[in-house]
Amino acid sequence: MTNLQQHPEPPAELEAEPVVVNLGPQHPSTHGVFRLRVIMDGETIQDVEPIFGYLHRGTEKLAEERSYTQVVTLTDRLDYTAAMSNNLAYVLAVEKLAGIEVPERGMYLRVIAAELQRIAAHLIFVGFSLDELGAFHTPLLYGFRERERILDLFEMLCGARITVSYMRPGGVHQDAPVDFWPALDRFLADMPHYLDELQGLIAENEIVVARTKGLAVLLAAKAINCSMSGPVLRASGVAWDLRKQDPYDVYGRMQFDIPVGANGDTYDRLLVRLYEARQSLRIVAQARKEIPGGPVRTQAPFFIRPPVGEAYGHVEAPKGELGFYLVSQGGISPYRCKIRSPSFINLTALKEMLVGYKVADLVVIFGSIDVNMGEVDR
Amino acid sequence: MTRQLAPQEVARFLSGAAPGSVASWGSAGVVVHRESLLPVCKALKDSADYATDFLVAITSVDYVEYFEVVYHLLSLRHNHALVLKVRANGRESPSVPSVTSLWQGADLQEREVWDLMGVAFEGHPNMKRILTWEGFPGHPLRKDHLGG
Amino acid sequence: MILAGNSLYRNIYGFFVGLLPDGLSWLGLVITGLILAFVFVNALMIFVAGVVYLERRVLGRFQSRLGPNRVGPFGALQPIADLLKMVFKEDVVPAAADKLVFAAAPIVMVVPALAMMAVIPYGKNTFVTDLNVGILFAIAITSVSSLGIFMAGWGSANRFATLGAMRGVAMLVSYEVPMLLSLVGVLLLGGTLSLVGVVDAQRIPFILLQPLGFLVFLIAATAEMNRAPFDIVEADSEIVAGYHTEYSGVKWGVFQLAEYGAMIVSAAVLVTVFLSGWQNPFVPQGWPQVLPSQLWFLLKVGLVLFLLIWVRATIPRLRIDQIMGFAWKILFPLALLNLVVTAVEVQLVPNPNTWQLWVLVAINLAVAVGAVVGFGAAFGRRRTNPTASVTLVSLQAEVVR
Repeated sequence: MTNLQQHPEPPAELEAEPVVVNLGPQHPSTHGVFRLRVIMDGETIQDVEPIFGYLHRGTEKLAEERSYTQVVTLTDRLDYTAAMSNNLAYVLAVEKLAGIEVPERGMYLRVIAAELQRIAAHLIFVGFSLDELGAFHTPLLYGFRERERILDLFEMLCGARITVSYMRPGGVHQDAPVDFWPALDRFLADMPHYLDELQGLIAENEIVVARTKGLAVLLAAKAINCSMSGPVLRASGVAWDLRKQDPYDVYGRMQFDIPVGANGDTYDRLLVRLYEARQSLRIVAQARKEIPGGPVRTQAPFFIRPPVGEAYGHVEAPKGELGFYLVSQGGISPYRCKIRSPSFINLTALKEMLVGYKVADLVVIFGSIDVNMGEVDR
Repeated sequence: MTRQLAPQEVARFLSGAAPGSVASWGSAGVVVHRESLLPVCKALKDSADYATDFLVAITSVDYVEYFEVVYHLLSLRHNHALVLKVRANGRESPSVPSVTSLWQGADLQEREVWDLMGVAFEGHPNMKRILTWEGFPGHPLRKDHLGG
Repeated sequence: MILAGNSLYRNIYGFFVGLLPDGLSWLGLVITGLILAFVFVNALMIFVAGVVYLERRVLGRFQSRLGPNRVGPFGALQPIADLLKMVFKEDVVPAAADKLVFAAAPIVMVVPALAMMAVIPYGKNTFVTDLNVGILFAIAITSVSSLGIFMAGWGSANRFATLGAMRGVAMLVSYEVPMLLSLVGVLLLGGTLSLVGVVDAQRIPFILLQPLGFLVFLIAATAEMNRAPFDIVEADSEIVAGYHTEYSGVKWGVFQLAEYGAMIVSAAVLVTVFLSGWQNPFVPQGWPQVLPSQLWFLLKVGLVLFLLIWVRATIPRLRIDQIMGFAWKILFPLALLNLVVTAVEVQLVPNPNTWQLWVLVAINLAVAVGAVVGFGAAFGRRRTNPTASVTLVSLQAEVVR
C-alpha cells in the first residue's frame, strides 16, 4: 500500500481545451459537400459553424442567360432527389408571370408526378436517417428498392429517372404512355405495405426511439422565426402546408390530411415524413381516379416573352417551401431568377439545434432537417 | 388560398404606422425608404391585423441604377402575404438595414444577398460571404460582373 | 505444462523428438512451435477471408441485393481479390503521425486474436495446449486490443481517430467487467478454468444452465469486438472510420484481419464455454459419431457468426452514454444476479443427477426470463405510440386558418 499523502496534489481542474473538428466537406453523413466546423468539449458540441458553397454552380446567374423553357433543366439539378417538385415550382412561377393557362389533364399529371417525387424523396430521407443512426445500410437499401419503382414510373413518363425536366410552362412535356397507368396501379397497391415495413423500422425500434425521442426539440415559435418550412415546421406543431394553405394546380380538390408533430423532436421529424408519404399515396390515388382526358399542354411559344413585371411561385417541395421569384423585363430570359430553397433556409436553426448534444447526435439532427446540398448551394 | 394584400392598402397602413416611410407603391409591392425599413417591419410584425410572423424570402435585384432588396412576408395566422421593397443606391457600397433582429430566418439569406449581389446589411451579426469563398472577386449576380 | 495432456503440441513434439538425436530435444520444441504458428496464422487468415465473404453475402441478402458474385464461383474469391488490391495500394502515413506507434498499432491489434487460438479446443484432442487458466488467459489477452485501438487513434494525429480511440477505450474497459462476471458462473459449474476442461464438464450445454450468463456474455463480447450495435469505435456515419481512419493498404488489411479474427475467436470462446464446444449436441459422447467433432465446432461457430452478422444488418447504433449506461446499469447487475443464483445452486446441489440438472435448467431459465423482463419493465422505454407524436390535421383547402 503506497502512501497516498506523498503524491502531489492533482490540479483542481485538469487542463483541457476544446477540440475543433471539421466534419466535411468529405464526410459520410453530410449529404454532399457540406462542412461543419464543430468545437467540441470531449464529445459534447459547444459551437457549430456551417460552411457551404462547395456545390455552388450559379444557377440563378445561369438562368439569366437561358430562355424560360430552358431554365427547367437547371431546376432539375437543385434538389436532385426531387426534380419534379423543382420543375413544378419553376413552371408555376413562369405561368404566373406570363399568364399561361394549364389544361386540366396537365395539372393532374403534374400533381401525380410531384407526389410520387415526394414519396421518393421521403424514402431517401428515412433510409439515410437510419443509416446515420447506425443501421448498417439495410433501411437505406429498403428505401431505395421502393424508390426504384417510382423512378421506373418517371422513366415511363419522360424517359429520365433523376433529372426529369418533365414539366413545361403550360403543362407537361408529354402525356403518360398507356402502360403507365397499370404500373401506377400496381405501385399504389404495393406501397402501403412497404411504408408499414419502414414505419416498423422507425417507430417500433427501441434503439431508434431511444436515440431520437426528445432530441433537438425545435419549438414552434423558434421554427417560425427562423423561417423553417416543410416537414421540419410541421413536426414542430405548425399545420402549415402550401398544398392546403395556398393550393396550386388541382390540390384544392384533393382529399388529404397534414401530419403534424407534437413535440418537434427528431423522432417527430422522422415520423411526419413517413405519414406524409402515406398522404401522398392518397393524393396520387385520387388524382389517378379523377384525371380527365384532353391535352396536357397549352401551346405556348418556345420563346416565352412575359410582360414586364415580377412573380413569385411556390410549391410545397419535400424539403419545404420551394419558391421561384422571377423578374421579367420583357426579354426571352428572366431578368432575375431567385430561388427560395427550403434546404438553405432550414439550416438557419442548425446551430441552436446542435449545441449541447454529442457528435453521434450531430449527424442525426443534421440529417433530420433533410437538406440537399444541390439546393443549399444552388 | 394565401391572400395577396393590395399594396395600396399596405401603403396606407404604413403611412399611419411609420409616417413618411413609404416611397412608392406599385402592383408588385410597397417600396419603403431604407431608413424606415426596420420600423416598418416591426410595425407589420407586431400589428394584429398584419402579423407578418414569417419571412419567406429575401431577394435582391440589380436594376443597374439601384439595387432593390425584396422581402416576401407572410402571416401564418391570417394566411396573407405582402411584398416589401427597399432600394439601395450606389454601386460601390450599397447597404440596407438588417432585419435579423426581427426574423432570425433573415440570417443566412442576408449573407447570401451580400455574397451574390454585394448589398451589405447594417447590423447583421456575421456579414460574411456564404456561397463563394472569402476573397472571391466581385459579386456574381450583379449585371456588370466580369464586364457582363 | 506446455506438454501436458493430449495436445497437438505434445503429439507433434513427440514425433520430432523421435527423429532427433538425444540432447537436441530443445530443437523439437522450436520446430513444433514454428509449425503450429505457421498453421494457425494461415488458418486464421483463411477463416477471416471466409467470414468476410460470408458477411458480405449475408448482408447482401439482408439488404435485398446480391453481394459480391463476380470473382470466382459465387464470388468466393472476392476476399483474395480484395487482398491483392490492398497489397498494391499505397501505404499512406500522415505527416503528423507518430510513426512508430502508427506502425505498431495493427500488430498489437492482431496479436491477441492469434494468441487466443492457442487455448481453444477445436475438436476432440485438437488443441494446441491445454492451459489450466485458459479462460483467464483469453479474457486477459483480449483486453490488449484496447491498447491497440488507442495506439492507432493516438498515433494517427487525426481527430476522428482520437475520438474513436477515446470511445473505444472507455467502452472496452467497461464491457470487460460484465464479460468476466458472466463467465464466473460457468467456472462454478465446470469447476475448471481450462477451456478444454470446460467442454468436458458440459453434460448439457451450459447455455441451458446459464441462459442469463450466455446473454450477458454474448452482448459484452459483441461490444468487445466492436460489432454493431456497439460499433461506436468506428461508427462510419459519425467519425468516418474511427481509429483506423488514416490507415490504408496492408496496415488497414491487418486491422480488418484483427477485427474479424477477434470476431471468430470470440465466437469460438462463446461456443466452447456455453454451447458445449466440439460436442455433438444430439448424440452423447461415447456413442458412435457420424460427423467429426471438429466439424461440429465449426458449425456452431458459423451459427454464432451468422447471428452476429444478422445483428449488424438490423440494429442501429447506440450513443456512447447509452452504451456505458447499458454496461453498468443493466449488464453488470444481471451478471451479478446470475453469479449469485449459480453459487447458491452449486452449494445446494454440488453433483446433480440428470433430473436435478433439468430442474436447475428450468429454474435458471425462469430466473433469466424474470430478470430480463423485470429490468425491461424497470428501465425500458414505455411502448411509444406513434399517433401520440404525430397527429393528422384535416384542413379544408381554401379556408383561412
